[in-house]
Amino acid sequence: MIRRTFLGTTLLGAAALAFMQPAFAQDDKVKVGFVYVGPIGDGGYTYEHDQARLKVEEHFGDKVETVYQESVPEGADAERVMTQMALSGADLIFATSFGFMDPTINTAKKFPDVKFEHATGYKRADNVGTYSARFYEGRAVLGHIAGKMTETNKIGYIASYPIPEVIRGINASYIAAKKANPDVEFNIVWAFTWFDPAKEADAAKALIEQGADVILQHTDSTAPHAAAAEAGNVIAFGQASDMAEYKPSPRVSSIIDNWAPYYIDRVQAVMDGTWESDDTWDGIGPGMVEIGEITAVPDDVKAEALEIRDRIAAGEYHPFTGPLNRQDGSEWLKEGETADDATLLGMDFYVEGLTGDIPN
Amino acid sequence: MIALERRAAPSRAWLWGAPLLAVALTMIAGGLMFAALGKDPVAAIRTIFWDPLFDPQFAAYSRPQLLVKAGPLVLIATGLALGFRAGVWNIGAEGQYIVGALCGAGAGLALYPMEAWFIFPLMVLAGALGGWAWAMIPAILKTRFNTNEILVSLLLVYVAESLLASAAVGVLRNPEGGGFPGSRNLSQWASSANPELIAGTGAHWGVVAALIAVILAYVVLNRHLTGFHIKLAGQAPRAARFAGVNPARLVLFCFGTAGLLAGLAGVFEVTGPAGQIGIDFNVGYGFTAIIVAFLGRLDPLGILLAGLLMALTYIGGELASFMLGIPVAAIQAFQGMLLFFLLAVDVLTNFRIRVGRRDIA
Repeated sequence: MIRRTFLGTTLLGAAALAFMQPAFAQDDKVKVGFVYVGPIGDGGYTYEHDQARLKVEEHFGDKVETVYQESVPEGADAERVMTQMALSGADLIFATSFGFMDPTINTAKKFPDVKFEHATGYKRADNVGTYSARFYEGRAVLGHIAGKMTETNKIGYIASYPIPEVIRGINASYIAAKKANPDVEFNIVWAFTWFDPAKEADAAKALIEQGADVILQHTDSTAPHAAAAEAGNVIAFGQASDMAEYKPSPRVSSIIDNWAPYYIDRVQAVMDGTWESDDTWDGIGPGMVEIGEITAVPDDVKAEALEIRDRIAAGEYHPFTGPLNRQDGSEWLKEGETADDATLLGMDFYVEGLTGDIPN
Repeated sequence: MIALERRAAPSRAWLWGAPLLAVALTMIAGGLMFAALGKDPVAAIRTIFWDPLFDPQFAAYSRPQLLVKAGPLVLIATGLALGFRAGVWNIGAEGQYIVGALCGAGAGLALYPMEAWFIFPLMVLAGALGGWAWAMIPAILKTRFNTNEILVSLLLVYVAESLLASAAVGVLRNPEGGGFPGSRNLSQWASSANPELIAGTGAHWGVVAALIAVILAYVVLNRHLTGFHIKLAGQAPRAARFAGVNPARLVLFCFGTAGLLAGLAGVFEVTGPAGQIGIDFNVGYGFTAIIVAFLGRLDPLGILLAGLLMALTYIGGELASFMLGIPVAAIQAFQGMLLFFLLAVDVLTNFRIRVGRRDIA
């Protein structure tokens, strides 16, 4: 059998290249593929991408066809999934996780006529654009609530991977919390996963045992909320999705990723033939980041949080505004100075006051 | 009344018939599940088993991918099968695979950006040694201190995963990667790349190594004294002792071979299909290989077929998932059914079913 496979594939070797062109869609429908790192039922990050996919379908009706693949490992498997999607006639593929970066670039090389959009990465090509959300803007709002609400002055933070996006979130939350409550301390646990309910629950429990009464998370499951509910007197925040099933408490607010406007925009561009590779990084203002309903906190805290949100949206306030020092005490931003995007995109340091080291 | 009766000798007909029956049963049970999910069962099963091999749109790409996916599974499973035959339980191939990839990638990246012919062979050697050394830990602990090799080898997987995470954000991180975790892309550096040897076949060095391993394992098991010792130790440990088998040496040999092959699988994967060390570099080949080993009845040729079958369900499952919108969980359940039925109908090889009253002598 193996010999036959070998023979067959060798003979087909030349023909294979001919097949590498995507099959042209039999009709005028634009076919859009979505590659997800988690299951669509994760209630967090992947769930929101899939909600946006459904909104794309709703918006365009029968002018569009969408396909998706969930729980795709980051690596060789991702490249195969994307190649098979392109072979199936996809015109536009959204690769929704950082780890799909090289597989996206590799696949894009094989299919110059297919457009690719890679979330949170930094490698682009003529047919590969990137997009991400300024989640840190939302984290500043949540950080303020966290600082106001903690009674033990200990805030637990479940971090996923030590990449700039996550470090940025920690810094933004800490700066806002510290402003609201100068005595606040952050305890950061690195889970090394985006989605693992068991690990996330363990991390939340450990943080609560060490005295944290507020849990912030950069992982995608609702497990920390369940742990907070079980412990009582602990609050948490929805990550990537509203996590409304834990309303009004322990979930008191959330950062919601709203990808729908962007996805609709990009699909439209493909339909119009105006799609071009670019890099999009939108925040609260354009609506890519939303703050979920604020519940079960005093009215003044809620009002302050909403004010911060609105000022960020209007461009009046930047979550990284000086004076700010790095963790080692060296100066980063002078009084009134705001961080530039390049530094934020490559952020690999904590701000002053955070304890512990970034895993390295 | 239905009873099972042990056959005097395993049935040759069922040896070949059982897998076919299992596939048929899986199609029926899986078809019912897909129908219950509101999907066309015939289309689903055709997409999983037929389209990756023969669909004009996908086959030219999917068929070579079978080898890419089956290569590491077969390579690892072949090594594991030697131990399983001898009653030596190495459950930690996933860890040996990771350490092999780390050592191989490390040896190469230390020389970056030099271009030289010897870099790839050096990496392969380092990877094999790394996997071997990682497997030696449970082996020596067992032979010296009589620890349980199942527990030690399994737990070392988690140690290896932590090493991997640490390396991906630390020593092996791409200095030009903007602070993101992950090493340089080894498949894009000419000296370390492990590309397709013949374009369009999917066959990289790891696939070649898997085929060589299958042949060597076949020879060792059937034509060599070591193979005889392995089989004897598994079937009759006491007899093996009387026959002069040194149990400690056998443990070291089985663990060493399995670790070596798992390490090779790791280094071929990291230089080829995966391309780089990342935090989630390992995707479970080391664990799936245990299933492949048993599915192939611990026989090298069986493992080769079992590895290809597993690869087919992965690739076909992916196709079915996005073409027909079948949830990944249902695909995994379908794979589980296949394994369940394969092992369940195996009973027919060694037993015959009797219907009716048992005669009382």
